[in-house]
Amino acid sequence: MKLRLPFAPLVALRFLREGRMQTLLILAGTAGGVAVIVFLTQLITQLQAQIVDRVLGSQAHVVIRPLEETNLRAIDDAAFATLIEPRAQRLRSIDQWENVARLAADMPGITAVSPMATGPAFALRGQASKSVALMGVDTTLYRRIVRMDEYMLAGRFAVEGPRAVIGTELAKDLGIGLEDKLRVMLPNGRDELLQVGGIFDIGNKDLNRRWVFVTLPLAQSLLDLPGGVSSLDLTVADIFEAQAIADRLKGATGLTVDSWMQTNAQLLAALRNQTVSNNLIRSFVVIIVALGIASVLVVSVVQKQKEIGILRAMGASRAMILQVFLIQGSLVGAVGSVIGSLLAFGLLQTFSAIYRNADGTPLFSAQLEPRFIVMAALVATSVGLAAALIPARRAARMDPVQAIRS
Amino acid sequence: MSAAVIELTGLTKTYNIGTPVETEVLHGLDLSLMEGEFAALIGPSGSGKSTLLNIIGLLERPTGGQLSFAGRNTATLPEAEITQLRGRSIGFVFQFHHLLPAFSALENVMMPAIIANGAPSDALEATALQLLDAVGLKAHAHKKPGELSGGQQQRVAIARALALRPRLILADEPTGNLDTRTADDIFALLREFNRDSHCACLIVTHDPRLAARCDRVIRLVDGNIADDLPTA
Repeated sequence: MKLRLPFAPLVALRFLREGRMQTLLILAGTAGGVAVIVFLTQLITQLQAQIVDRVLGSQAHVVIRPLEETNLRAIDDAAFATLIEPRAQRLRSIDQWENVARLAADMPGITAVSPMATGPAFALRGQASKSVALMGVDTTLYRRIVRMDEYMLAGRFAVEGPRAVIGTELAKDLGIGLEDKLRVMLPNGRDELLQVGGIFDIGNKDLNRRWVFVTLPLAQSLLDLPGGVSSLDLTVADIFEAQAIADRLKGATGLTVDSWMQTNAQLLAALRNQTVSNNLIRSFVVIIVALGIASVLVVSVVQKQKEIGILRAMGASRAMILQVFLIQGSLVGAVGSVIGSLLAFGLLQTFSAIYRNADGTPLFSAQLEPRFIVMAALVATSVGLAAALIPARRAARMDPVQAIRS
Repeated sequence: MSAAVIELTGLTKTYNIGTPVETEVLHGLDLSLMEGEFAALIGPSGSGKSTLLNIIGLLERPTGGQLSFAGRNTATLPEAEITQLRGRSIGFVFQFHHLLPAFSALENVMMPAIIANGAPSDALEATALQLLDAVGLKAHAHKKPGELSGGQQQRVAIARALALRPRLILADEPTGNLDTRTADDIFALLREFNRDSHCACLIVTHDPRLAARCDRVIRLVDGNIADDLPTA
């Protein structure tokens, strides 16, 4: 049983097959364009996701802090003092933080809440003294903010009593290892002897030098914040919703609420610029591919003038001729997108084999997400269809008598 | 009494209307063609033969006068119906065969039916094969026009013109570029189908020998019918 195509696709396919060289060239052009678009999109999406992932690997998506203290004008109208110094910000607890934490936990889009009492301290051993940030956390909760378990070099990410978790750079600076002791001293004169229960490497030397995790109660007592916390760390489900959630929380609590998008405004701007330039490149490629398909079809319409006239004389309507050329355009787009996606897959394989991180792992993975292939197929087919519009209309309007005579 | 397939009354055709080079090519023709008639249209170059053929073939619209096809006034028909009428009721045989080079002989013969039905089918293929057999080309059914000789191509074109059993066959110098023997063959073929299917045939020709073998000779001179006589 032979496959019986209806009139328009049958003629469209024959015309494409007949103009072999032209068809091959325009298919190559379309496939190249699609490959560039798919490859770029996949690459940039992956790299951006990696950058965001890396940045968010060591910070909370949203942080709630107490309001900054400001001077309240207590001077009456008759007074003359006008020079007012800004107030120094002392370490304070979030007012009724447990209620705030509950409110945040109940808010849709927030997946984890972790309280933290943090303040400056010195880590001392022998003659060495290093300035550090004392971080009092509940390790079970904090795990859901920063994936500390993935960063542990030695020991576990767990604190209890005087046990602490420190970074690898601090351990090196102080010359200590697992189960060794160090002393922390605070500006208020309090001090405590800690024992190292774990060493982490978070991938950022500054943080490896500064972060010292202890239990929440220990930090509270050392920092003079009995029962209080200096901040609440939150994780959100959709990281790009963080700002909206932060705004909502700010409205609900009146506290200072910062999202990672504010703290990393520059990074976000860079990502946005990258997306814009990617879109620009994609638009240009789409335009070039469309022009290519259109120009080849315009030439084909002129070449097929006689055939169009014959078909019209045999009773083919204008609409049928229009269809023949529209189908050619979308076929070129569809087939081009399939070849282009294969090319993009090959490019990804090659580049992920060539470009590697300093540690030898691939800079990006070679896999191609199906949604990009579907997207490319849809875009290329509609671009082909749109590009065929002008040539197809020209073909349909052709006067059969003149077409046959030429 | 047989019915008129084509009836022209006061038919005129003017090109380039409203421009300085406005020219009237046909000056009010009255003509009718009956079912089963086999007529030759002769005349010197530039006499308007091709224009008349195109108008009768519904490829062009007249400027004035009336053209009735099988009793229907075509002036009031919309473009889409004209196209359909042309496809189903008129078979064209052109001077240079005008086959579609991308399609096989068989597919070329099927094409009018594919257009009329929307898609090919086994039944259409069987009919087309019969037609090719009748013009003696069954063995060449799957060859492309480029692989056939001039006479063979013209036979395919005739088979194609007959595909939908049209009521009217229009042939524009069907033997114009063929040698005498092949020309005689082609002519005989047209004559045979005319007898069998009882369709009307109008054949433009420069060849007085062929014209003499038609039932009727219409001579066009300068856009007027100079004479319209039955052959002896």
